[in-house]
Amino acid sequence: MTQEILRAIIVGILVGGVYALMAVGLTLIFGVLDIINIAQGVLVILGAYLSYALSTKAHIDLFVGLLITIPAMFALGVVIHWAFIRRLRGTERTAMTLLVTYAVALIIEGILYKIYGADNLALSASYTATSVHVFSFYLPWIYIDGFILAIGLVAVIYALLYRTKFGRSVRATMQDETAARLVGIDVNRVAALTFGIGVAVTAAGGMVYGATNAFNTNSGYDLISRLLAIIILGGMGSVGGALVSSVFMITVESVVTIWYPDWAIVVFYAALVVVLIARPTGFFGRKEVRAQ
Amino acid sequence: MSESPTVSKSPTSHRAATDLTPALKGGGLLALLAIAIAFPQVFTNPAVTNYGVLALIFVTAATAWNIFSGNSGYISLGQAVFYGSGAYTMGIAARDWHLEGTTVFALLPLCAAVGAVIAVPFGLIALRVRRHTFIVITIAVFFIFQLMAFNLASITGGTSGLDSPFLSWPAASYNTPFYYIAFAFAAGAIAIAWLVRRSRFGLQLRAIRDDEDRARGLGVKAMRVKLSAFMISGAITAGIGAVWFYYLNQVQPQTGFDPIFDLTLVLMAFLGGYGSISGPVLGALIIEPLTLWLNTQPQFSGGALAEILLGAIFLIVVLFMPRGIIPTSGEFITKIRMRGRAAIIPATTMGTAAGAPSTPSVTSGGAR
Repeated sequence: MTQEILRAIIVGILVGGVYALMAVGLTLIFGVLDIINIAQGVLVILGAYLSYALSTKAHIDLFVGLLITIPAMFALGVVIHWAFIRRLRGTERTAMTLLVTYAVALIIEGILYKIYGADNLALSASYTATSVHVFSFYLPWIYIDGFILAIGLVAVIYALLYRTKFGRSVRATMQDETAARLVGIDVNRVAALTFGIGVAVTAAGGMVYGATNAFNTNSGYDLISRLLAIIILGGMGSVGGALVSSVFMITVESVVTIWYPDWAIVVFYAALVVVLIARPTGFFGRKEVRAQ
Repeated sequence: MSESPTVSKSPTSHRAATDLTPALKGGGLLALLAIAIAFPQVFTNPAVTNYGVLALIFVTAATAWNIFSGNSGYISLGQAVFYGSGAYTMGIAARDWHLEGTTVFALLPLCAAVGAVIAVPFGLIALRVRRHTFIVITIAVFFIFQLMAFNLASITGGTSGLDSPFLSWPAASYNTPFYYIAFAFAAGAIAIAWLVRRSRFGLQLRAIRDDEDRARGLGVKAMRVKLSAFMISGAITAGIGAVWFYYLNQVQPQTGFDPIFDLTLVLMAFLGGYGSISGPVLGALIIEPLTLWLNTQPQFSGGALAEILLGAIFLIVVLFMPRGIIPTSGEFITKIRMRGRAAIIPATTMGTAAGAPSTPSVTSGGAR
């Protein structure tokens, strides 16, 4: 039993790291643009399909393929922002951005379905087939490689946010858009790049997700509901909060799965409800910035 | 097309427009009612009446969404919680109490009541937070309900869902009674929406939408008002969900609690005109038949193209008609009426301000 719990905790932390990467993208987009990107889940799946296409058609290694898919997803994010998000203004912006990102999700899902159908796919490579022996149980290498990749990319995003001029403009825009505009920050450019970065992380997240789970065109719904719960718990717009709550929530889910596999996902939503009753801004919410 | 008749004429045409509107509206409403009632008598083909029944179900659901979300500004993406709960309530009650045939319809008030009761804890939790967080909480509650429908298999039938009691109506006229029941629901929902809109209660809701903190400061008991609207919306949605269940004879967790249902309601409201009464009705009458038709077309095999097309409609609506068909076409009509009259707004204000005498003899003529 202890054995199983230990395994669940380790897997939870490793998978949680990958979720953290996807959630950071979502929470950054929310923080800067004040929108929920419903398409994030489907974009992760798109990232998985891109890796799948590269590895089966061009025989490019999954990790090497990221050098192509990450810039591609970044470009897609910038295009989505330029074509649709940028134009939305006015009092009903909240609902409209929701509809627009959902529409983008539907279109991507439809295209993927048209190409690949409803079959379950999985990414395979040498590191998904071989395992490493830790504490008397076996763990596929991809869990560890994926975790290292995710943590590395989160570190890059952190460095970008806290060590560069661009990062300073992003943080300024998150704090007060009008003030940022007044001090000469090109808020539209910041928003476009942030949306691009938020979407780019899904390429890496999707690759690891696809290598650790079977996926099909519908898997995006499952992902987005978890990611939304995670960023709300972490406090929307808080990068640190997203990190902590991803690892925490996925670990708890992983442990609960040992006893109640059917109900594990409820833990997410139950925790969400409990936390919001006690603390409506989440763990790391910034009440003073946005009235939630 | 000269300047001076424009200035003097404006006040008249304004009055004429306002005088005309109630009569036009009343007449139009009566005509729509007549068309709606006559529809299944004229088109007896079950394939056609099927469109009518489902369209009216969505008219009701979209109107119910609008009563709460359109007035209060809280965008609910959890309406399927009520829809599915209504369906499951009818299914479980009919099964456990061994009801059959038309007596099952007597359960409709119970289903609506269940919707209202569910809205209380749901609202008490979700309505503590605003904007995006509220939306996500409604999604979370929605997933909890869907998961319960899947996992409480001894009550809900699990993945295979529930079947409704059998109705021994002939297939040719099977849809007609359902059409009128759905029509009664739709008419009732629209009437409630109209009453809410005209009442002090509706005014309080819209005050919350515009500025909740100020509304609170002015003495609006915000939580009570929001929760009441949420309960009304939940009751109507649960009722129509039960009708839908009995009409289709079955419900599964993924059809009763369907995330696309939630987003479709929002799309309908926005397509027609968010916040207005006619908007969601028009949106539902366009979207639901369209999606039904798309799904029957063989060239849209597997629903992939239908999905892409639906997404494209979303984008077109939001980007090109962000205020919906009714407000946009209203503006368009005004524009056409005013065509040729130079500088509409300055002319109007000047005319009114100066109290210029109206000269009805100068008709708009070619301007119209």
